[in-house]
Amino acid sequence: MPPATETLRRTPLYDRHEAAGARLVPFAGWEMPVQYEGIRQEHVAVRTAAGKFDVSHMGEVETKGPDAEAFLQRVLSNDVSKIDVGGAQYSVLCREDGGVLDDLFTYRLGEDRYLTVTNASNHERDFAWLAEHAAGFDVEVRDAAADYAMIAFQGPDARGLLGIDAPPRMRVAEARVAGADCLVCGTGYTGEDGVELLVPPDAAPAVWDALGVTPVGLGARDTLRLEVCFHLYGNDLSEDRNPIEAGLGWCCKLDTDFIGADALRELDPTDKLVPFALTDPGIPRPGNPVLVDGEARGVVTSGSHSPCLGHGIGMAYVPVDAAAAGTRIEIDVRGKRRRAEIREKPLYKKEDG
Amino acid sequence: MAEESYPPELKYHPEHDWARIDGDEATFGITWYAQDALGEVVFYDPPEVGTTVTANESYAEVESVKAVSDVFAPLSGEVIEVNQALADTPERINDDPYGEGWLVKVRLSDSAEVETLLDVEAYRKLLTA
Repeated sequence: MPPATETLRRTPLYDRHEAAGARLVPFAGWEMPVQYEGIRQEHVAVRTAAGKFDVSHMGEVETKGPDAEAFLQRVLSNDVSKIDVGGAQYSVLCREDGGVLDDLFTYRLGEDRYLTVTNASNHERDFAWLAEHAAGFDVEVRDAAADYAMIAFQGPDARGLLGIDAPPRMRVAEARVAGADCLVCGTGYTGEDGVELLVPPDAAPAVWDALGVTPVGLGARDTLRLEVCFHLYGNDLSEDRNPIEAGLGWCCKLDTDFIGADALRELDPTDKLVPFALTDPGIPRPGNPVLVDGEARGVVTSGSHSPCLGHGIGMAYVPVDAAAAGTRIEIDVRGKRRRAEIREKPLYKKEDG
Repeated sequence: MAEESYPPELKYHPEHDWARIDGDEATFGITWYAQDALGEVVFYDPPEVGTTVTANESYAEVESVKAVSDVFAPLSGEVIEVNQALADTPERINDDPYGEGWLVKVRLSDSAEVETLLDVEAYRKLLTA
């Protein structure tokens, strides 16, 4: 039995998805488009031209006040003092023991004002965590999810088609798009150039229509991010994994003393998250065992068919002694052993296409 | 992708498989409905020639980017040919599910099983139920 759809939330673009013939599926409590014309075409459109994604299910938390920077420095893993006004930064949110609660982008909108974008499935937990840890700081932490719809506009042609002077990579600026006051962010989840637009919900349909081009569903969003080895929370990141073994040590600035830093300092990780490519036919899937010298020693956390490479790819946690690029492994795909090789990140590079 | 169709000369299994019966041999494939539900097929894992397949049991897998689907044998028998062309062009299962997208040819072990399959009217009724 599929879950009752009436309990699922709908984004302001739901009518657009229905009209476009999207296949809608439950995702993190929302009814979201997984594909329109087909995952492969949508994927290729983003790699070669441009595509628009409704990612309004993602949440936002606004932090403002004199202690906003000090507070975020305490909860986020990266060095928040490095974000200037108009800047953006990726970080993780950790528990005291280093387990990952979420991975997030934070934008500095003003001297004492920040906006943090959360994963849909984690938003309520993230907000509760942030609100709880704000005690003692002169700061207001506000759930701003209802203030924004979010549209990602990605691909080599996206900036040109946007028709405004969009901020460069890892910058954010206010701008009018299709008559709406938006936050335009030079970020994305596809490995392509492009922007993410934070849009007033009422204006989202007009902005969506003005962008034209191919609508892209969550199916291609997943294959695009996997080809370039971006983490997906719930697959590659979880409370049971720490950011060091996930390969996110680069955004964990231990000397900022964020929550979890003490635990991470003590860690000697035994596993590492690695990208791999199948050299046999077949498609790896999350949960498939990874065999090293014939012995089950790891697990696939993301796996799919790569539309650009034309074969199976994935990411897996394997023991550090078997994590070097070039290591031959096997993936147990529902009882069939498929040969694979650990690769460098990213699995797909522009020149491969 | 092909237009929705269900050829009247085929026999259908409720798991959305078809059989084209030719004497004591039959060709199997998946129906338009099955390929549409799955999305673009990117991998077909065929059984080996000589394998025995059993009616109502899975004999192969087809995969789209998002999902894996078992393919059920409408009838029992021995695999005498597999569609090797699908190794390089599995999307033929979407483009031409009753033609170039065929999956296996089987020598039937029990022709009486044909009576258990649905004709096109019964299959269409099942789809709209």
